[in-house]
Amino acid sequence: MVVIEPRRAWQLVDWPALWRYRELLAILAYRDISVRYKQTVLGAAWAVGQPLLQLAAFWLFFGRMGGLADKVEGDYSLFLLAGLLPWQLFATGVGQAAQSVVQNQNLISKVYFPRLVVPMAALGSAVVDFAVACLVAVPWLLWRGVGWHASQWLVPVFGLGVIVATLAVGVGLSALVAEFRDFRYVTNFLLQIWMFVSPVAYPLSVVPGGWQWVYALNPLVGLISGLRSALLGQSFAWGPILVSVVALLVLLGVGLACFQRVEQRLADIV
Amino acid sequence: MDTPAIRVCDLGKSYRLGAQPAGYRTLRESLAGAFSAPLRRFRELAGSDGTGGEEAAGTKEFWALRDVSFEIAPGDVVGIVGRNGAGKSTLLKILSQITPPTTGRIEIAGRIASLLEVGTGFHPELTGRENIHLNGAILGMNRREIRSKFDQIVAFAEVEQFLDTPVKRYSSGMYMRLAFAVAAHLDPEILIIDEVLAVGDATFQKKCLGRLGEVAAGGRTVLFVSHNMQAVTRLCNRGILLSRGRVAAEGSVETVVRHYLTDGNHSAAERHWEPAEAPGNDVARLLRARVINPSGQTSQTLDIRRPVGIEMEYEVCTGGQVLVPNIHLYNADGICVFINNGWQHARPPRGPGRYRSVAWIPGNLLSEGTFTVGVALSTLDPIIVHFFAPESVAFEVVDSLDGDSARGPYAGVFPGVVRPVLEWDTTRESAREAVSA
Repeated sequence: MVVIEPRRAWQLVDWPALWRYRELLAILAYRDISVRYKQTVLGAAWAVGQPLLQLAAFWLFFGRMGGLADKVEGDYSLFLLAGLLPWQLFATGVGQAAQSVVQNQNLISKVYFPRLVVPMAALGSAVVDFAVACLVAVPWLLWRGVGWHASQWLVPVFGLGVIVATLAVGVGLSALVAEFRDFRYVTNFLLQIWMFVSPVAYPLSVVPGGWQWVYALNPLVGLISGLRSALLGQSFAWGPILVSVVALLVLLGVGLACFQRVEQRLADIV
Repeated sequence: MDTPAIRVCDLGKSYRLGAQPAGYRTLRESLAGAFSAPLRRFRELAGSDGTGGEEAAGTKEFWALRDVSFEIAPGDVVGIVGRNGAGKSTLLKILSQITPPTTGRIEIAGRIASLLEVGTGFHPELTGRENIHLNGAILGMNRREIRSKFDQIVAFAEVEQFLDTPVKRYSSGMYMRLAFAVAAHLDPEILIIDEVLAVGDATFQKKCLGRLGEVAAGGRTVLFVSHNMQAVTRLCNRGILLSRGRVAAEGSVETVVRHYLTDGNHSAAERHWEPAEAPGNDVARLLRARVINPSGQTSQTLDIRRPVGIEMEYEVCTGGQVLVPNIHLYNADGICVFINNGWQHARPPRGPGRYRSVAWIPGNLLSEGTFTVGVALSTLDPIIVHFFAPESVAFEVVDSLDGDSARGPYAGVFPGVVRPVLEWDTTRESAREAVSA
């Protein structure tokens, strides 16, 4: 028996329904990935080339000319790599998720399914891009002398953290974009700013000690620095990581709440 | 009676201006409100008690559905009819859980699937095979179900050799067939269908109707929304007429369709104008227009073989003009079937008084379907239009399939703007099988 009733403004996420629609989630993600990689060479090149070019530019301008390379423990190119890979995952994922609801408006206005499926599926191709880029990065890591560390098992854990952060921000933004189309432009702007307040090109130590707690309220601070430490076998900054994890959970709550608030009337507003 | 398949109680759905449902204030509105509407806030406060919110926003609120209640028994095939904006689509969207209601409650017993469009989610870059899986998942089939029906779907769509071709290379016919094939193999207990049949060519529509008939005959509950009264009458056993968001009639499909065509209180086949609103100028005013059958009675439904009379009554206030009555006939597709005027009988110039003009459309001219008629009165030299009332009356031409209409014994799809009975002459020119070029 299905009961349809007016819904409260604030609604919890219906996880069982989401689980029932896991196949739809998978196939929508597959659609995005497949369409993206249909011209295989270009698709893969995009996933690898973009971080690579970014890496080269950062290395030259921040590392060499800006002098950041000296402030970094070890090889700056490896430092950048470990920062750009998760950043790229975040930026692509957020960008795609934010547009996803508006892009799939014909689905949303014609068929019922838990709406959360749409922004979640949009992360799929960002995750695949990330995986491809990681695979390409492995030989380079080996070549630059990064061997096996015991701490590297934490890399997937932090990677998962970045995916959760992407989900939190992407889901929240997708709802905002659906409601206020201006947020489409806000997304790009937000991502630009966000990169500079994340330790992608510079180390955590650049931020004065007393401010690091505040700085770590950006979840990417703890996640990227943690992922980097785990990958390169450096010491972890546990304090900021802990703050970031708490901030991440709050952000996830806010993102989902934003989405749930708008979810039920998405069909009316997109 | 068994438990109903669908029970709808006091269903209501309101939208705010700008398609926002009521009850949720948005950030934008709050922002806009803070700057531009202290006046409204004041009015709201001055207006009434706490429940006055709806009233205060009254100008901005629109109820697409209100106090809608009905029950549908299992196995019923129900046609939901109503004019544009009557709330049909909103009702479908609520039943399909695409949008929540503002008030009321719906209970649905059984697995429900809705088909508001064929080919939802189809991606042109993906192959036929991929799109079948994608569309199936979107429509709520699981992987095992899709796999077990895959071959049937492909056979129904007749696209075997193009399965691994991106659908962007399909012809539009193949695309539609594939899209409908997936939908046609949904296997719910309750099926909700919007005007899916409004797309595609006649053959395709026939195939869809045929498949729908099978589904309905299979004992499933079907809700079918359409403007096509023929399809509704043919497929459904019950009907619900929505009018301005409320249930205007409910019952057997014949009763409901008649209600729909006669528009409840005033018949669509007859229309009066109050003096205050009568179309016209100081020369002449339209008083009444109606559709009549050969015996002179107002009639909504007319036999395709019999003449149809379009009658208009008007008052001539200032005499001395040559007045030509004319009618403008449109079919359901909005095509102008013809315009005709009575210039032959317009002389002498009319003196003041009340006049009645009738135009007789011969039998066996119009095809089946709904027609709307505009009536006008004009002077041709120089051209002056004294009144023109577009879409003033409407009527339905039906073929009772007795075998002596233009159809003869053929009962299938019969396209054509007009359907005259022509003289045919076939003679045997030669006993040999010689065929001239």
